[in-house]
Amino acid sequence: MIKKILLIGNPNVGKSVIFSRLTGVRVIASNYPGTTVEFCRGCIGSGAEKIDVVDVPGTYSLDPTSPAEKVAVAMLDRAVEAKDSIAVNVLDATNLERNLNLTLQLLKKDIPVIVALNLWDEAKHIGITIDVNTLEKTLGVPIVATVAITGEGIKELVNRLGDAAKGEYSYDNDERWHEVGRIVDRVQSIKHKHHTVGERLGDLTIHPWTGIPIAFVILFLLFFVIRFIGEGLIAYITEPFFGNIWAPLIMQVSRVIGPGNLLHKIIIGELIDGAIDFQQSFGILTTGLYVPIGAVLPYIFAFYLVLSILEDTGYLPRLAVLLDNTLHIIGLHGMAIVPMFLAAGCNVPGVLATRILETKRERFIAATLMSISIPCVAQTAMITGLLGKYGARGLFPVFATLIVVWLVAGNILRLLVKGESPEIFTEIPPYRLPHLMTLIKKVWMRIHWFLHEAVPFVLLGVFAVNILYALGVITWLGNITGPITTRLLGLPLKAVGALLIGFFRKDIAVGMLAPLGLTLKQLIIASVVLTMYFPCIATFVVLLKELGIVDMFKAAFVMISSALIVGGLLNVIL
Amino acid sequence: MTELRLTDMQAGQTGKVTRVHGGHGFRRRLEALGMRPGMKVTKVSGQIMRGPIVVKIGNTQIAIGFGMAYRVFVEV
Repeated sequence: MIKKILLIGNPNVGKSVIFSRLTGVRVIASNYPGTTVEFCRGCIGSGAEKIDVVDVPGTYSLDPTSPAEKVAVAMLDRAVEAKDSIAVNVLDATNLERNLNLTLQLLKKDIPVIVALNLWDEAKHIGITIDVNTLEKTLGVPIVATVAITGEGIKELVNRLGDAAKGEYSYDNDERWHEVGRIVDRVQSIKHKHHTVGERLGDLTIHPWTGIPIAFVILFLLFFVIRFIGEGLIAYITEPFFGNIWAPLIMQVSRVIGPGNLLHKIIIGELIDGAIDFQQSFGILTTGLYVPIGAVLPYIFAFYLVLSILEDTGYLPRLAVLLDNTLHIIGLHGMAIVPMFLAAGCNVPGVLATRILETKRERFIAATLMSISIPCVAQTAMITGLLGKYGARGLFPVFATLIVVWLVAGNILRLLVKGESPEIFTEIPPYRLPHLMTLIKKVWMRIHWFLHEAVPFVLLGVFAVNILYALGVITWLGNITGPITTRLLGLPLKAVGALLIGFFRKDIAVGMLAPLGLTLKQLIIASVVLTMYFPCIATFVVLLKELGIVDMFKAAFVMISSALIVGGLLNVIL
Repeated sequence: MTELRLTDMQAGQTGKVTRVHGGHGFRRRLEALGMRPGMKVTKVSGQIMRGPIVVKIGNTQIAIGFGMAYRVFVEV
């Protein structure tokens, strides 16, 4: 009786897409090796026939070299021991030889195997023909050709799950590559095709003299498109909605509750000149809803749309190659650009994605550094909203400081943190046109995550702010931390409230600065310090899990001390 | 036929891997992505200032750090 199905295969062969197809569970799939760093579960069938399906991180062999690969091998070993599982070995049909290496290793394990020969369309397209029948006979396990992204072959795969077999192929382990070569010679024929125009253009993006200028143009475009979409949505959709529809509605509620009491304070907040000011009122239904929905959501959408396109085309690994030398400054290799990019959306997936880095040292540096110097898109949106009215004079100092901090703090960590930092060694996937439905689903998943996981926290944060103010906690904290806040950072005592709430949600914390009447200099310092001093609680929890308590302490020390140093320096320089 | 290091190949040049200098673990890691003696590799690009090398093996492009590529020998 099968209880569990493990999806096993090389990185970036489409396991996550097959997983989604089989289970209906939505998972993030992208076009670079290492999208899945943690296994993911779902199930097919129902009742007594329910079978668990596990999306295992990709691995090239059964001797793991990275933590994500270790997860994969450990999962397989457990499944072999339990004797109630089968393995669906997902292969990239365009790279049969490399993929069969893992298959042959898998056949030595005591577990029934069925092979999904994925990317079948791409293989045909580039002139590769594989004789499925002969391959099936040779390996002694069922083989199904699939195109996961369109769903082709998935039904047959499901129908044949029961045929999964232990395989009869025996070979000498030292001769494995010879065996692989022999099989490939027998079943595969290649019609030679010349370089296509697309491939030639693709190569330009990875040659230094053409690739670096192209990278600059792409990054600039990304930035421009994100701002264009984000600002457009705010100006034409969310602002009019909140101003023209929501505000009058809430004014009615305000009249019913009657201003001045605690309930009004919590739900509506302060009325500014007798009206609601969504940036300053600070009630749950005013600022509490405006910040996540009105100000942040447009940027969440814009950022994740652009990031998802970037992920699905396969450009990120190329950027990793071009930026490899830059990342060596901070003790990492090029692929660290992937977690850094994800962190600019939200630090939580950013920290998780550090698992694609091979050593503990790299993961510590990457996770600490992103917590210090990469604000999540929610915080960036709020900073942009707060400082945007000053133009470059307001925004440039904040982001330039964070980039300098990233380089300098990274370089210091490189010198101080012991351990190894290996070189880049990664597969560069072919460019692919993003599949529209997959793209839409992915962006929606990320927005959905924000609405479900982040918005409640924002509302809770606003509630907490009001309660803490009413109880006098924030004033009290302001008084005891006074010397640091006022003398070192040059901020008013009231700003301590924002630093306190920053532990909860950074976007709300930045929002708390709006009603304080700060000068431009104070706004810049507060924005930088809020980014650096400590991660939000959600990030803190994953950091603790990923780094362990000792390293988390070290990281926290780096965060707090660098925030104070940088904040103090800005106070002197600006 | 001359043997040279992967780092010394010109972009666009094709050769056959002859040997990989390094320990067992290192060779295994390279092997897993198809870089092993006997395989045909084409150099796609090399970044400036000893940056990573990109090669094509079969249908796969692989990025490999300069120091690692220095230990791979090819016959052209």
